[in-house]
Amino acid sequence: MRDRGSLFYAQLAFALLVCAFLIAPVILSMLAGLTANYQVGIRSGLTWRWVGEVWSGYRETIFLSIGIALACLACTLVLGVPTAYVLAKRQGALARALEELLVMPVAVPGLATALALIVTYGGAGGFRTSWVFILVGHVLFTLPFMVRSVLAVLMAIDLRTLEEGAASLGASFRQRFFHVVLPNCRSGIVAGSLMVVTLSMGEFNMTWLLHTPLNKTLPVGLADAYASLRLEIASAYTLVFFLMIVPLLLLMQALSRPRPRKLRVEAE
Amino acid sequence: MRRENLTLLALLLPAGAFFAAFFLLPLARLFLVGASGKGGFANYATIITDRNHFASLLATLALAAATTIVTLIISGIAGVFLQRNKFRGNAALVAMLTLPLAFPGVVIGFMVIVLAGRQGLIGDISQALTGEKIVFAYSMAGLFMGYVYFSIPRTILTVMATAEKLDPRLEEAARSLGASPWRVTRDVIIPGLKPAFISTGAICFATAMGAFGTAFTLATRINVLPMVIYTEFTLEANIAAAAALSFVLGAVTWIVLAVARTAAGGTVAAAG
Amino acid sequence: MTAIAHRSSPVAIALQRCAKTFADGTRALEPLDLTINAGETIVFLGPSGCGKTTTLRIIAGLESPDAGGKVLFDDTDVTPLGIEKRNIGMVFQSYALFPNMSVAGNIAYGLTIRKRPRAEIAARVAEMLAMMRIEALADRSIDQLSGGQRQRVALARALAVRPRALLLDEPLTALDAKLRDSLRLEIDQLLRGLGITAVYVTHDQAEAMALGDRIVVMEHGRVAQVGRPRDIYQRPSTRFVAEFVGTMNRLSGSVQGGAFVTAGGRIPWPEAPAGASEVLFRPEDVSLVETGAHLDGTVAAAFFLGDRTRLFVQVGDGKPLVVETSARRDFQHGEAVGLNVDPRGLMAL
Repeated sequence: MRDRGSLFYAQLAFALLVCAFLIAPVILSMLAGLTANYQVGIRSGLTWRWVGEVWSGYRETIFLSIGIALACLACTLVLGVPTAYVLAKRQGALARALEELLVMPVAVPGLATALALIVTYGGAGGFRTSWVFILVGHVLFTLPFMVRSVLAVLMAIDLRTLEEGAASLGASFRQRFFHVVLPNCRSGIVAGSLMVVTLSMGEFNMTWLLHTPLNKTLPVGLADAYASLRLEIASAYTLVFFLMIVPLLLLMQALSRPRPRKLRVEAE
Repeated sequence: MRRENLTLLALLLPAGAFFAAFFLLPLARLFLVGASGKGGFANYATIITDRNHFASLLATLALAAATTIVTLIISGIAGVFLQRNKFRGNAALVAMLTLPLAFPGVVIGFMVIVLAGRQGLIGDISQALTGEKIVFAYSMAGLFMGYVYFSIPRTILTVMATAEKLDPRLEEAARSLGASPWRVTRDVIIPGLKPAFISTGAICFATAMGAFGTAFTLATRINVLPMVIYTEFTLEANIAAAAALSFVLGAVTWIVLAVARTAAGGTVAAAG
Repeated sequence: MTAIAHRSSPVAIALQRCAKTFADGTRALEPLDLTINAGETIVFLGPSGCGKTTTLRIIAGLESPDAGGKVLFDDTDVTPLGIEKRNIGMVFQSYALFPNMSVAGNIAYGLTIRKRPRAEIAARVAEMLAMMRIEALADRSIDQLSGGQRQRVALARALAVRPRALLLDEPLTALDAKLRDSLRLEIDQLLRGLGITAVYVTHDQAEAMALGDRIVVMEHGRVAQVGRPRDIYQRPSTRFVAEFVGTMNRLSGSVQGGAFVTAGGRIPWPEAPAGASEVLFRPEDVSLVETGAHLDGTVAAAFFLGDRTRLFVQVGDGKPLVVETSARRDFQHGEAVGLNVDPRGLMAL
């Protein structure tokens, strides 16, 4: 074990500084949401008052965000898992082109996608004013992440041989898909699901244009709060958002860390 | 295996129909709307001809480029360091660095205010140190800081993943030939990370080009392209101009990503 | 291994004019006609790319032969049927065990598809676990198994459904040498005990000779020779077969007066065909002699293999001859030795 040189400590200090840069405002804003008076600072004492006001005033946005995120998950599962399967089975130029196409809503700015939806469906009254309109934008944006996550797992296993094995035992396509293919890409589905829910809950660029006063998601409500209300309420609102989303992010990180493989019995 | 092809096509149909109806078709409409109204197709040229629009285009490009370069440097150093050095708290550091991954632009804007606003942390520190309070949240500098803030988590994961795959033997060979740590970094590590830098840098650039929430939160005075599009749409009700500009913005970012993909080779993982 | 009563009687398989050209234009198989007898173990042997796996997959139903080709199971044309409907058992080179099911779950899968009653499935799984001597592994997950154990599970799974035929695609290739030897014996006993029709693909000629009732040697998409192991080994019909199966020595020279004359000596050969310019013969037809040798040579290399010594003897120009001797003595590099060749083993192809 070599002695840690000065280079190591310099880099460590750098990494810590970057960390502080990212985390300090998070902590500060969480504190601000609990401070009685932001101008005065922490000396004015801590209180739940602002969080309470957020709950009474913005409860619906929280529920709508959760609802849309779950609906988005359902849609991406139904649309995305079969797509990933097709892309895993066929690797030619057409599949590459399909993947490119799929990624476009992520590459194209949310603003443009939202505008495009509005100019096309803005006239369809019922659709335009319902939460489904927002859902459509979210699904477009999160679908590539579900597909990519599931596709990664499918490419890592020997899909063709597994399917041929099942077919040799008499399984039809439907049986093969549900008994063998789906269970073996479970980790990809879980990772993709977490990603989809997290992204949906945090989506703003599209949602800001797609929403109506009756359909506000949490980030939209946040923007309203910043613009119009006391900083304390906006901070408390942000705190609520963090409480919802940080556990999801941590879960995603925990799952993506490679787990130690089980020891194989080599003796015959 | 023709039957299999039919099955695969059927499986693709739901996603395909959804995509066609809610993305391809609207984009086509957007293109046409952009060419509607008094200007016609000349609307698409306003991004260059109109002084305001052109200025905002340049500002946005410059901002995105600066963000990308700074982010890559920061993520490069921190990412490689964390990937290669095992020490207690390493995992915690990584977790903290990737936490802001899904924060919406609104929250990022708020982070910027908390750091660099009138009651901001940086202001307090600078006042304590120099007696002068530094406040820059509501300017391009603040926006720049916000963009770097949300870009670091996205890029650092890709850098770390690529750093993991670097072959340590190449560095050992360089060292055996007498290269100093700096030369090893310059001649072996950075070239090895080049594909990651290109792919993740492209995403960083594209995201910064199209970012809206942060600028929206900080002020409506900041002259970046997404804000221009927004004001054209909502305040000026100039749908054609907004449509044309957003279509151009979308095309530019998509081209940047496509070029980067061919330069780096292989699929570019959009971290989101 | 006990003999298990096999409910469905073994099937005879016939291939008629089966050829295969892939979508990218590769011609994997030239039109092939072959009859496999019921209960027979037939081995397809050849180097990679010779078409043996393609043939197996056509029999299995994973590939369709080009137009005009037919696959028949006992006079029934199964060509239009996919693999799901052919009721064969297949063992893959990489085993294809399902990671999301336990060992017992894997073995039960074919019966589950066939919607057999649960009690029947449990009984049959227990029977297969006992037959393969892997009772202790029943609830293990696949990634905890060693290569040999996976092999057994794959066999158990394929046989659980009482298939009409068993198709094996290089099942032992992924295992190390010692394991391969012991498993080869088990598979041989298994196939004989079951009396099932088995189609076995391998590139290992020792495996082919040990397991096959008949061997089909293939090269470049064509059948080079079909026959019993003994016939293939002792009477190869082409140079390729002669050299692919076992080791072959080669000497060039000419026939003169009832003998084959070469640079290193003279081999008496009463039945020499006129005009033969090259002879092939096996190492076991060569013996070391002290005096009156047909051929004179020098030792180029000597490998002590434990039970015997393999010598490479330089006779004249050309590649050294391979000779095997059990003589308990050391050989020096460059040492002069005398060789006698049994004329009954000489082949001119």
